[in-house]
Amino acid sequence: MKIHEYQAKEILGRHQVPVPRGVVATSVDEAETAAAHILRETSGPSIVVKAQIHAGGRGKGGGVRVTRRGLTEVADIARQMLGMQLVTHQTGPGGQMVRRLYIEEGLDIAREYYLGLVVDRDRRRVAVMASTEGGVDIESVAASAPERIRTIHVDPAVGLARYQSRALGFALGLGASETMGQFVRLLDGLYDAMVREDCSLCEINPLALTKSGKLIALDAKINLDDSAEFRHPEWRSLEDPNEVDSVEAEAKLAGLSYVALDGNVGCLVNGAGLAMATMDIIKHYGAAHGVSPANFLDVGGGAHPEQVSKAFSMILRSPQVRAIFVNIFGGIMKCDVIAAGIVAAARETGLRVPLVVRLEGTRVELGRKLLAESGLAIRAASSMADGAQLVVDAVLEGVAGSNYIPVKSS
Amino acid sequence: MSILVDRDTRVIVQGITGSAGSFHAQQMIEYGTRIVGGVTPGRGGQRFEAAGPDGDSSGRVSVPVFDTVADAVRATEANATCIFVPPPGAPDAILEAFDAGLRLVVCITEGTPVMDMIKVRRVLDSLGGATGGPRVYLIGPNCPGVITPGACKIGIMPGPIHRPGNVGVVSRSGTLTYEAVGQLSSLGVGQSTCIGIGGDPVGGMDFVDVLALFQSDPSTRGVVLIGEIGGSAEERAARFIRDEMDKPVVAFIAGATAPPGKRMGHAGAIISGGKGTATEKMAALEDAGVHLAPTPGELASTMVKYLKT
Repeated sequence: MKIHEYQAKEILGRHQVPVPRGVVATSVDEAETAAAHILRETSGPSIVVKAQIHAGGRGKGGGVRVTRRGLTEVADIARQMLGMQLVTHQTGPGGQMVRRLYIEEGLDIAREYYLGLVVDRDRRRVAVMASTEGGVDIESVAASAPERIRTIHVDPAVGLARYQSRALGFALGLGASETMGQFVRLLDGLYDAMVREDCSLCEINPLALTKSGKLIALDAKINLDDSAEFRHPEWRSLEDPNEVDSVEAEAKLAGLSYVALDGNVGCLVNGAGLAMATMDIIKHYGAAHGVSPANFLDVGGGAHPEQVSKAFSMILRSPQVRAIFVNIFGGIMKCDVIAAGIVAAARETGLRVPLVVRLEGTRVELGRKLLAESGLAIRAASSMADGAQLVVDAVLEGVAGSNYIPVKSS
Repeated sequence: MSILVDRDTRVIVQGITGSAGSFHAQQMIEYGTRIVGGVTPGRGGQRFEAAGPDGDSSGRVSVPVFDTVADAVRATEANATCIFVPPPGAPDAILEAFDAGLRLVVCITEGTPVMDMIKVRRVLDSLGGATGGPRVYLIGPNCPGVITPGACKIGIMPGPIHRPGNVGVVSRSGTLTYEAVGQLSSLGVGQSTCIGIGGDPVGGMDFVDVLALFQSDPSTRGVVLIGEIGGSAEERAARFIRDEMDKPVVAFIAGATAPPGKRMGHAGAIISGGKGTATEKMAALEDAGVHLAPTPGELASTMVKYLKT
């Protein structure tokens, strides 16, 4: 789960990581009031207005603006930003609409660093990465100058040891004892936040050293581990429905896993691996003909009829879908039960596109019989490859009428 | 004649009185697995009743339920466990199984927090044998389990699709493993042992750990490996295959069409920072001499092509 910068900073602040003073605003008036409040409290040189969307690279897209000219200009900037479609390298070409701003105190910066905590899957530990290359994409630093990133791994039984933090501090050139002390305390807080708040990523980029010698998190990004939601009831309030694809959210609520893609074949599969493989095989047979998957959809390994039915209606709502491929390896769930679910869902939602069904597993004969006798125009596939070819052909038929050359060799 | 489990494996089920636990305990007993007991804290002294192997109601099976894994092991001499405890308690259930001295711990549970698994993994690593070889194997979490066809099934996979034989199957996925097994069986190719190592970012056995066992198992003549996007377990597997294996390996990597940054169902299946793509993984495997199946529909036919008769 992704959260906004201001929410990440609130979390870091709770764990004693220094963050600039800031206030969230959803209107021009609120932005002005927030700026006035901050200027009174800090007597700082400037105000920063930051668009709050769940994507990086906001600065380049015009989503981060600094002003030294007072409240009127804050209001002007807020007016321009609120409601704009902010396009960054992470949003896609359509951009993401700005609905919230974070109004923050401006600081005089001497140096910028990178600091990031991630779960290192290969070492099965939390990795702490630090770099002198602050404010730039860490992936590009990793590619171009990996020697500028220093990484340590934390033993979960011990926690982050001070010598490890110091080693990172020295690598950043924070030799001066006062700054080093701040750095070690900041890292303690950051690691504490990572573990206690169940983050999968906790990143400060840039970490700033101000001209007055203070270390402070200028930007913050936190991803939360979805699997830990059960012990964080407070996460509910962090969710921003505007940032979540509404179909993906609906799927999650129904216990389905759904990712929208830009193709034309709706896919309904049980199990994540099989669902990915189904997308791959559709593309294998269809790519040359402009046929590709419209979605990733995993109804769960068990393939319960209610979930199949729900998934079906979700796929049918997408206007780009020209054909549907249901690929279920029934396993312990009986195929006739799944077939009944498919037939019921297809009847209920009204089938407007060709449907290819591949069923495998226990009582498969009975399942296939149910599909055949349903009176619905269901094309039964004998295998995964057969089904993929049938569904590609179904799309091509729809586009070219009878003037198409089938992919499936008969 | 197999790896990790055989006819003599004595299995307990943690969470045996829950809905998933009781259903699958019954399924395992029907398959012929020696389920010797169950654990549910607070239900010690009760019994778990089930129809016997092959649904034989005349040979009903009744096994004792214990409060703790240690009690269960003491009374039943179990050496393996299958965990169906829900996510909040699953990491604790794994630790309890380690502590009770079980040799094989299979955790089916999906959705355990990664911070918990980092701690569990730390304990697992500390149990690594000073005498050589690990003292305990952890499979999962978020996995279908392990099966030696015709002998022992610990997990949730559909038993009847398997055939005893000589091909090992190892996979990060559940149903895609069934797909591979179904294809193999329909071509008359049986399996020595099939293992789903699970789709979480941090877990127990890795591809390399399983491949090492297959390589030294005389009854395994070839291996089907099914990977997916995310992480670098497949790249490590490729190095191991190149350096240590002489048995033919056939592989498929799911997720070539997955968009970056999106989690594809499994918590571990995500391309991040341009790393963990299917293309990279396939290239690494191919360089190591692995035969790639051109599509997931050709896993078994590719294996058959390279199996030495």
